[in-house]
Amino acid sequence: MNLILRPVAAEFSKILTTRMWWILALVLFGYIALLAGGLAALFGGLESGAINPDAVNTGGGSSLTGLGSLPPLIYSFASSVGYVFPVLLGALATTGEFRHQTLTPTFLATPKRGRVLGAKTISLFVVGAALGVVGLAASVGVGALVLGGFGVDPLLADGETWALIGRTVLAMALWAVIGVGLGVLVPSQVASIVIVLAFTQFVEPLLRFAAAFTEVTADIGKFLPGAASDALVGASFFTLASPGGTVLEPWQGGLALLAYGLVATVGGYFISWKRDVT
Amino acid sequence: MPIGAVIEFTSITKKFGQVTAVNDLSFTVEPGRVTGFLGPNGAGKTTTLRMLLGLVAPTSGTATFGGLRYRDLPRPLHTVGAALEAASFHPGRTAAHHLGVYTIAAGLPRTRVVEVLHTVGLAEHANQRVGSYSLGMRQRLGLAYSLLGDPGVLVLDEPINGLDPEGIKWIRGFLSSMAAEGRTVLVSSHLLSEVQQSVDDVIIIAKGELVHSGPLSSLDTNIAPQVIVDSPNRDALIMALTDAGVPFTSGRTGLIVAVPDPGRVGHIAFTAGVELNVLHRQKAGLEDSFLALVEGGDSL
Repeated sequence: MNLILRPVAAEFSKILTTRMWWILALVLFGYIALLAGGLAALFGGLESGAINPDAVNTGGGSSLTGLGSLPPLIYSFASSVGYVFPVLLGALATTGEFRHQTLTPTFLATPKRGRVLGAKTISLFVVGAALGVVGLAASVGVGALVLGGFGVDPLLADGETWALIGRTVLAMALWAVIGVGLGVLVPSQVASIVIVLAFTQFVEPLLRFAAAFTEVTADIGKFLPGAASDALVGASFFTLASPGGTVLEPWQGGLALLAYGLVATVGGYFISWKRDVT
Repeated sequence: MPIGAVIEFTSITKKFGQVTAVNDLSFTVEPGRVTGFLGPNGAGKTTTLRMLLGLVAPTSGTATFGGLRYRDLPRPLHTVGAALEAASFHPGRTAAHHLGVYTIAAGLPRTRVVEVLHTVGLAEHANQRVGSYSLGMRQRLGLAYSLLGDPGVLVLDEPINGLDPEGIKWIRGFLSSMAAEGRTVLVSSHLLSEVQQSVDDVIIIAKGELVHSGPLSSLDTNIAPQVIVDSPNRDALIMALTDAGVPFTSGRTGLIVAVPDPGRVGHIAFTAGVELNVLHRQKAGLEDSFLALVEGGDSL
């Protein structure tokens, strides 16, 4: 038992003894709080009549009732927007070992390299879940407060809301695992960060949008990691913004995300992790 | 007291693509002695040590500690302590946290962190981020890492690099005391003079191949003594030596003649009627032996 617990505890210690985790958590909280609070105020204001709908350019047609239930949408920002943070933390935790050559002391202490990578995956899963809790503290905490302020029911007594919160935590945890996988696939830290930012902020949203145009591409597009994540969580602003898109069941979305993480990690194990440490 | 294990390299070879970095190297390192692992930069020392520690996979051959490969050691940090280059740190982590991570991984008591930092003289910088450390401090921290498990075997790659004179003096005494306790101590260096005062045995490699192994004193007899000779009329001396058929080269202080006996050189000059103002025997130093070995590449 010690054989895996010790490396896991060591990986936790690695994360917690540098500043990156709380910097990312802080930025995540601020970013999501701003976004969830702002949109909750906008839509809450519209729904409650505090804001005159004519004053807002809704792009024509799309009425608020078409958006479905407002609170889950706001709450899902924690993962639908915040998922980039656990990916970054996972990728940094892995590429940092290459960059700072800490693989040497790590493999000297634990020569079984597969065990180290497994330990890193487990610890990042847990830290990713913790980032999920931080993101939710922002999206649910601030979102519900603002919605409540406009007299909109924040649905906090609803079991479905809490199920969504649980699934969001799981999604964020899986994203951190994907980050670890990316880090071993692309051990260059700069390249890894560029890929994370370009893919999550630009390439994937574009692909998801484009995929929704035809049925065939939509069937493929729903397996894109971001789409799978939104499917797992069960609500997303993005899904609503492209109504033509089909969505996976939550459990399918979860499995797809897990598959991305595991395939990347196992692939990376052979590409970089098993290599000579020089 | 930890007991040192015998380190054994058996026909270890490493090829990087077409380049052979280490070629069929076999030698043993005994406990209770400090062994210097010497060779010029690029000779393959670091690659050899990394193969020993399971960080680089050998193309063929094995390297073992008491018969076990590193990765098969049941408790690696308890058996072997290694310090490789001085850059294996996350700059944002403090020294104490850096060591703490690996005490957790190896299942060592956390109290070891303070103990080893004290041993290497970094106790008062324990909570400083490693990014602010000087090269010498990083060397000491690397050494502290190697001591975490109080191992019977120490493998140190260029541990003297970057140390101040006080640090050099300290580490020499430290290595000797570790060996005196019965531990196996293997220390690499590209300069013999750096480790000459503290090593008992030497292993010398050049271009990835073993050129010499044995006690330090064995280096002494490796180069035949030479005779230094000079004359106010050097041209006449050169002619006389050439006629006598003895090989020589021109040096700063005279001609260096590759014969061990000054009497014979004196006789050559006397019969040729050449006046001499310098004639003495020069014994090559250890460093000369070392340089001759690594440059010649031939085993003597």
